[in-house]
Amino acid sequence: MERLAPAGAGAAPSRLLPGAASASARSAVSGDRLFRALLRAVGLGFVLVMLAMIAALAIAAWPAIRQFGWGFVVESNWDPVQESFGALPFIYGTLLSSILALLIAVPLGLGAAIYLAELAPAWIRPPVGFLIELLAAVPSVVYGLWGIFVLAPLLRSWVQPFLGATLGWLPLFQGPPYGVGMLAAGIILAIMVVPFIATVSRDVLLAVPSQQREAALALGATGWETTRVAVLRYGRSGLIGAILLGLGRALGETMAVTMVIGNRPEIAASLFAPGYTMASVIANEFTEATSDLYLAALIEVALLLLVITVVVNALARLLVWSVGGPVKTVRE
Amino acid sequence: MTNLGRRRLIDRLMRRLAALAAGLVVLPLVVIFGFLLYQGGTAVNLDFFTQLPKPVGEPGGGMVNAIVGSLVLLGLAGLLGLPAGILAGLYLAESRDRRLTWLVRFLADVLNGVPSIVIGIFAYTVVVLPMRGFSALAGGIALAIIMIPVVLRTTEEMVRLVPASLREAALALGIPEWKVILRVVVPTARAGMVTGAMVAIARIAGETAPLLFTAFGNRFWHQGLDEPIAALPLQIFAYAIAPYDDWHRQAWAGALVLIALVFLVSLVARFATRRPGGA
Repeated sequence: MERLAPAGAGAAPSRLLPGAASASARSAVSGDRLFRALLRAVGLGFVLVMLAMIAALAIAAWPAIRQFGWGFVVESNWDPVQESFGALPFIYGTLLSSILALLIAVPLGLGAAIYLAELAPAWIRPPVGFLIELLAAVPSVVYGLWGIFVLAPLLRSWVQPFLGATLGWLPLFQGPPYGVGMLAAGIILAIMVVPFIATVSRDVLLAVPSQQREAALALGATGWETTRVAVLRYGRSGLIGAILLGLGRALGETMAVTMVIGNRPEIAASLFAPGYTMASVIANEFTEATSDLYLAALIEVALLLLVITVVVNALARLLVWSVGGPVKTVRE
Repeated sequence: MTNLGRRRLIDRLMRRLAALAAGLVVLPLVVIFGFLLYQGGTAVNLDFFTQLPKPVGEPGGGMVNAIVGSLVLLGLAGLLGLPAGILAGLYLAESRDRRLTWLVRFLADVLNGVPSIVIGIFAYTVVVLPMRGFSALAGGIALAIIMIPVVLRTTEEMVRLVPASLREAALALGIPEWKVILRVVVPTARAGMVTGAMVAIARIAGETAPLLFTAFGNRFWHQGLDEPIAALPLQIFAYAIAPYDDWHRQAWAGALVLIALVFLVSLVARFATRRPGGA
């Protein structure tokens, strides 16, 4: 490097005066240092906000944590009057509604992503992709409104009687058709998370280098075989990430679920029965919580929800890293 | 040959299935929009945009305070959240400090997955409790926290997508690194970053849960940023679960206006992305 520099300077002596070069180099170094310090401060600040969040919730939930200990997550009675709080029905409702949502949303979302990224004719991709992105932008409360006034009546008068008549021998589909309940929550959640799974998966598939496809096509693979062998496998980790992103959203989704799940803190096997989720109980009862212990219990539910979503996201991270996805490959 | 025929058959079948999936994903949008336009379209009128909510039992009135409140909250959140998110994203993309970037990226992922209602509770404990009351500021802070990871991640991704050759060419000209980042890398990544900001704003525009115990809602004009403020999503929620038909109609109208607002944000951002440089 040092040997090359004089040669370059010699080639254009009038432009590159040594003094000017070192002055601009000095200001460049200090500018860089300042800029890096600023970025680093923002990065650190971000870490502090996250730590503050966990600390603030833990401190505010402390009275309930001390009072109930582990009983809080295994007890199923939630009685604000007696000040006895067990959050199991909410944990159950959150998990069941999210799993239900993923069962519906994952095949549809991945299928739509594959269609949009790989198999669809070129002219159809932008409009359909745009529609799915619009779906992702619809606010939760609008889904909830639609759920209350359209989905729930539809389930009550058509879907649930039909399911009860045909699959009623399963405990999942027994009981009176209320409309609102776990099934409605699962469906509305599925509608809400499917655009996320679809758009993120599509973006992952689009990030797969076209050489992958060309190589497979050159070997005589059909369009679907190319997708399966050359694209899906390559983008696997990103697809897992997309699904976990959907799961995370389903776990914490509040408004739409609150509006259609029925809000009854019971653990029922039937999908027709009303349920309650962790997010819903916070949304419904937080401003009504009169005693300090009640408030602390609700904040502990929030803390639990935080912990669950942290675990899901940490898992997503580990999975993505262990498989080694497109992002990583591109970077290195 | 029969083998090839079978493979072609599977190919066609999978194409159909994938198309069906795409159709089923889009279907709810069509249905929901149909209802929004039908129910909301008949309920929206001039009063909706100019009148305050009427007392319970009195028909009519509007949600002008909630519309303005939502805009105020969005402005506050954008003011706080966008710079922080963009800088943090640049930090992730540009820093050589492996350990701290690992932590920040990990926490950004985590924060992005944290339910908005939990962030509402956080804002309640750190803003509402010390200020002894619900306020627009608390709502704006809650929304800003929700925005940050979205902006941060898209910024990082977009900055990383800038070809290394471009950066190297600029560095080879002797331009200081910070200038390369701000004048070469960021403008190249701008379209994607604007899209990220758009996604973030569209997302928080409809957020209801984190506002329940921060902005709280208000049936009148807000008296300042340290007072409770109305927001469109909050008003829709309150009206949807109330037992009055007139309120249900207004909830539909509110939902239509909210959707229009969200889509307007998206369209403006897209337009803004395209204009400079004609790219």
